[in-house]
Amino acid sequence: MIEVKDLKVHFPIRKGFFRRVVGHVKAVDGINLNIEAGKTYGLVGESGSGKTTTGRSIIGLDHVTSGEILFEGQKLDLRKKASRDVQMIFQNPFSSLNPKRQVLDIVAEPLRNFEQLTPAQELERVQELMSIVGLSPESIYKYPHEFSGGQRQRIGIARAIALKPKLIIADEPVSALDVSVQAQVLNFMKEIQKELGLTYLFISHDLSVVRYMCDHIGIMYKGRFVESGTADDIFENPQHIYTKRLLGAIPSTDPRKRDELMANRRKVNAEFEALSKQYFDETGLAYPLKKISSTHAVAMLGEVK
Amino acid sequence: MADVLLELKNLKTSFRVKDDYFAAVDDVTLTVNKREVLAVVGESGCGKSALAYSIMKLHTRAQVEGKIEFKGEDIVTATPGRLTQLRGKEMGMIFQDSLSALNPLIKIGDQIAEAIYLHDQKISKSALKARVMELLTQVGIHRAESVYIQYPHQLSGGMRQRVVIAMAIANSPDLLIADEPTTALDVTIQAQILDLIRKLRDDLDAGVILITHDLGVVAEMADRVAVMYAGQIVEIGTVYDVMENPRHPYTRSLLHSMPSAIASKDEKLHVIEGVVPSLPLIPRVGCRFKDRMDWIPESAHEAHPTLKEITPGHFVRCSCYQHFHFPEEGVNA
Ligand SMILES: Nc1ncnc2c1ncn2[C@@H]1O[C@H](COP(=O)(O)OP(=O)(O)OP(=O)(O)O)[C@@H](O)[C@H]1O
Ligand SMILES: Nc1ncnc2c1ncn2[C@@H]1O[C@H](COP(=O)(O)OP(=O)(O)OP(=O)(O)O)[C@@H](O)[C@H]1O
Ligand code: SF4
Ligand SMILES: [Mg+2]
Ligand SMILES: [Mg+2]
Repeated sequence: MIEVKDLKVHFPIRKGFFRRVVGHVKAVDGINLNIEAGKTYGLVGESGSGKTTTGRSIIGLDHVTSGEILFEGQKLDLRKKASRDVQMIFQNPFSSLNPKRQVLDIVAEPLRNFEQLTPAQELERVQELMSIVGLSPESIYKYPHEFSGGQRQRIGIARAIALKPKLIIADEPVSALDVSVQAQVLNFMKEIQKELGLTYLFISHDLSVVRYMCDHIGIMYKGRFVESGTADDIFENPQHIYTKRLLGAIPSTDPRKRDELMANRRKVNAEFEALSKQYFDETGLAYPLKKISSTHAVAMLGEVK
Repeated sequence: MADVLLELKNLKTSFRVKDDYFAAVDDVTLTVNKREVLAVVGESGCGKSALAYSIMKLHTRAQVEGKIEFKGEDIVTATPGRLTQLRGKEMGMIFQDSLSALNPLIKIGDQIAEAIYLHDQKISKSALKARVMELLTQVGIHRAESVYIQYPHQLSGGMRQRVVIAMAIANSPDLLIADEPTTALDVTIQAQILDLIRKLRDDLDAGVILITHDLGVVAEMADRVAVMYAGQIVEIGTVYDVMENPRHPYTRSLLHSMPSAIASKDEKLHVIEGVVPSLPLIPRVGCRFKDRMDWIPESAHEAHPTLKEITPGHFVRCSCYQHFHFPEEGVNA
């Protein structure tokens, strides 16, 4: 469905009066990924590891330094700002919707960009979208502040699915929400995925959410992948020390596991320090990925046990 | 009970909305002991931050009633001068919104130094600088030297959050109120910050009020847990009482809605229908959670639920738990 080949996105660092370029932030530094139609690919990693930049470059919001993005076998025109087949749900439901515009205008915006509809047709489409995301038809005349966080995120989703896209890039769609509202949005995303046959690139740093949502997962570290595989590969058989450290840091909801968890965390952190040469090069970056099974790849030197 | 650090009794904090006052914190009674972590959980808008602000008397335009006693001293009637002495020294607070907690015009290092100097004017310049560097390193900031001379807007959200944490613990407070201290951080840094809070508790016998909506953080950190809904505590007890044997329907719903609560990816997550009511819409008589539990017949609800002790130290504001069950859970007596 979508294939990303050796994607690099480097941002110039400018300094001084003449804004000279003094270096580059390698936000994304050579990543490869494939997403199958109808599946969910999770992108995980610490803050600043390049997740959002990866998503933005796929929909053409960030300028790609090098690499290729193939969509259904066709090369995406990376200069074109937006494709109707690929849409994005943004990180923050509180700031991603224009507070001065009615829901009708917010949701209809992509329709206005891509389709010539009469006002009556447009109204009908928007009302249909509202019912898909479980909001009342009258709510189209309200403003974003009149909705709860979960409802606002649904409005963002309604806008994202307005053009019946094939791929949705969901950047931390539930990170700002309470667990109860999070449950509502996640259930809903799964439902419409089935109904509309959507493919997701799901960006998150919450590993329990990723585990629930994703079929495949890529773990990012400083712009590169350290490991990729199926959800089971990653959670049941993690190989890279960074992945292990990440998994070790997830709090358990069982208060009796506290000490065990902390002991494991100490062990993994010690391992991380001790073995870092085997897993990171002199500059602290990950090595190229090596396949260890048909689905599972790890970035490390030497033989994989 | 020599170990009680903070005691709240029937605390009520009301805000003015249009022409009336509405309580955002209503009838809250609890204690925090030395060396104890009390977690406060609940959905957005339940009154967690309002509670935290009340304890430190940070609200400028709110009505605060009831009793707040910190180390035996009455906070409700304390003078502004006394409060300034206490805040940042004996009581530290990590604010939920880290950006607004920092002055945009002052360098990071100078802001932390000021927080220390304010309560210790005899400290030497070099000792002050050394202490700031130590704090920055403790909260996991590696480039402490360069961060020292940066301004808040030059740091990422996670870095700013760590600076706010450094300021809150700068004077080794006896009571630390941490309002969503790790929500903006990723798990590895979160683990580091939680360690730091534990250390403060262990080394200085500090008491901690940890406000969070991450139930994993609660399970990992808390000795006791208070669950808030619409301004009230609906359940409070040890972490084992609340997480392993939750009795209030709201607590159980919260625990059920977590992705880790379900066994298979094909299962749906539990959703609590409806939303937390805004202040003017909170029902002031009867059960405040009733509108969100439509699967229990009207006649089954308790008319005026009060906190009842069901086992020693475990309080629940609803006696219906006896016949309460989740629709998908079947009968659960
Ligand atoms: N427009 C830009 N100009 C310069 N640097 C940028 C730009 N956008 C992102 N960066 C940098 O690129 C790196 C990757 O950022 P990105 O937003 O992709 O991270 P992320 O993984 O989404 O992090 P988070 O979890 O905090 O959202 C960061 O170091 C960031 O500062
Ligand atoms: N200064 C204020 N004036 C009026 N109403 C307020 C004020 N501060 C808070 N409120 C209201 O009081 C209620 C509780 O707010 P509070 O900030 O304590 O919630 P919270 O539990 O901390 O939520 P969150 O998890 O989103 O931080 C909300 O309905 C809020 O709108
Ligand atoms: S009184 Fe009724 S509505 Fe209120 S918590 Fe108990 S069971 Fe739920
Ligand atoms: Mg991001
Ligand atoms: Mg709050």
